[in-house]
Amino acid sequence: MTLQHGAIDCDIHPTVPSVRDLLPHLEPYWREHILRRGLERDNFDISAYPSGSPLTSRPDWRGAGGLAATNLASIQAQLLDPFRPSAAICNVLHGAQMMMSEDLSLALCRGINNWLIAEFLDRDPRLRASITVPIHSAELAAEEVERLAGDQRFVQVLLLAMAEVPLGRRQMWPLYRVAEKYGLPIGIHAGSSFRHPPSAGGWGSLYLEDYVSFAQGFAGALNSLLAEGVFQKFPDLKVVLIESGVTWMPASMWRIDKTWRGVRSEVPWLAQLPTEIIRDRVRMTLQPFDAPPDVAAVTRVLEQLGSDDMLLFSTDYPHWQFDGMDALPDGLPPALIQKILFDNPRATYPRLAALHPVGETTS
Amino acid sequence: MAKHVVARASEIPPGHRKIVSVRGREIGIFNLGGEFFALFNRCPHQGAALCTGEIVSRLESTIPGDYRLSRPGEMLRCPWHCWEFDIRTGQSWCEPNSVHARTFPVTTEPLAAETVDVTIAERYVVVIL
Ligand code: FES
Repeated sequence: MTLQHGAIDCDIHPTVPSVRDLLPHLEPYWREHILRRGLERDNFDISAYPSGSPLTSRPDWRGAGGLAATNLASIQAQLLDPFRPSAAICNVLHGAQMMMSEDLSLALCRGINNWLIAEFLDRDPRLRASITVPIHSAELAAEEVERLAGDQRFVQVLLLAMAEVPLGRRQMWPLYRVAEKYGLPIGIHAGSSFRHPPSAGGWGSLYLEDYVSFAQGFAGALNSLLAEGVFQKFPDLKVVLIESGVTWMPASMWRIDKTWRGVRSEVPWLAQLPTEIIRDRVRMTLQPFDAPPDVAAVTRVLEQLGSDDMLLFSTDYPHWQFDGMDALPDGLPPALIQKILFDNPRATYPRLAALHPVGETTS
Repeated sequence: MAKHVVARASEIPPGHRKIVSVRGREIGIFNLGGEFFALFNRCPHQGAALCTGEIVSRLESTIPGDYRLSRPGEMLRCPWHCWEFDIRTGQSWCEPNSVHARTFPVTTEPLAAETVDVTIAERYVVVIL
């Protein structure tokens, strides 16, 4: 289904063309460090989205070197001008977030955020971004959030579903504290820093199994946030699951509610059905939407989710989730489409709340 | 509704229970600090013998790290899936508005017939059903 103009696109991926392009955006110390180690010759592609994989980029969106979305001109020509969103949130997927050295990780994440500002946010008012942070150091991540939170074009903090520790663990809390303070949702993107296999059973052999297992990674991350009491500890924090596939959620909800009834006393801060907390505090971007393009199946899944507030529109540009202009999965009811495109993103991201959908007067 | 004498009060000391049968129905009689309560011995979830479950306390918390024990010994945990019920009201902890274990009124009364035979007047537990 094609799209009305003015939607809020909650997940697009500018690609860092190479570490060389980050050099001007790094602090001098780290520029020198990287050059002396020869790291600028590596691109730090993340294994979750290898650049050659067909899923990583729609073929008609790939540029000369095979990469897509490496510069503003292509994002404008392929996404912003044809789809005409009122805003699009840039989520950069890059190895910077998961370097073994936490300091180098922070330095590169800083470089990416500076690059986002200079190359994208300053040059097109429709663009917003998530703050790229070192995911293995909540302390340094919180520092980077503090540095950028004053810039209202940063609307979220970006994590990956699978990192060194489950995301609910207390060592992550300094980051959640600062995100809550500034009204920034925690965006959890599909992917892993591969400190552990994406399947809890061990290392798989093939990309197919890794990619499909990412849905379990989301379930694990969400279960950890719920069980550890993150939603009670940070009552204003919201979580957005980005590129999760969506339809695994109802089964996961049933399972956690059912199990919670029996073991509630182990997690006494969970004083209401976990599903009620999920419906209240957790949001999911729309693409990819793992369901057959059939109205009955989609309707059933939406009923099972049990809330009209949870889905946020996304194209997942330039990942290959749809062809042509068909950014909306078939089978979504029209009343819900309005919510997915505008209302839910505005309600989820405090910093987008003032955006006006097309048709309303803008100030 | 008739009264049924089911036990001598002294048979069920505080913190204990006795499962009795009244008109073919199994009922658990619980003594909470001298007060008696009666619950149907059938879990509203899937029918386990609820009253044979563990007598537990309420573990509560508003945020992680803040732990409180309240209502010691006043909850009953089903032996099958561990749903917890308030012995006083039958209310389920997890779904207090929709799930209840069935309760029955219960009193303790002296009975004249016995005072004839014993020197110390004894109280009896009486279930109204
Ligand atoms: S039968 Fe009692 S909890 Fe399931």
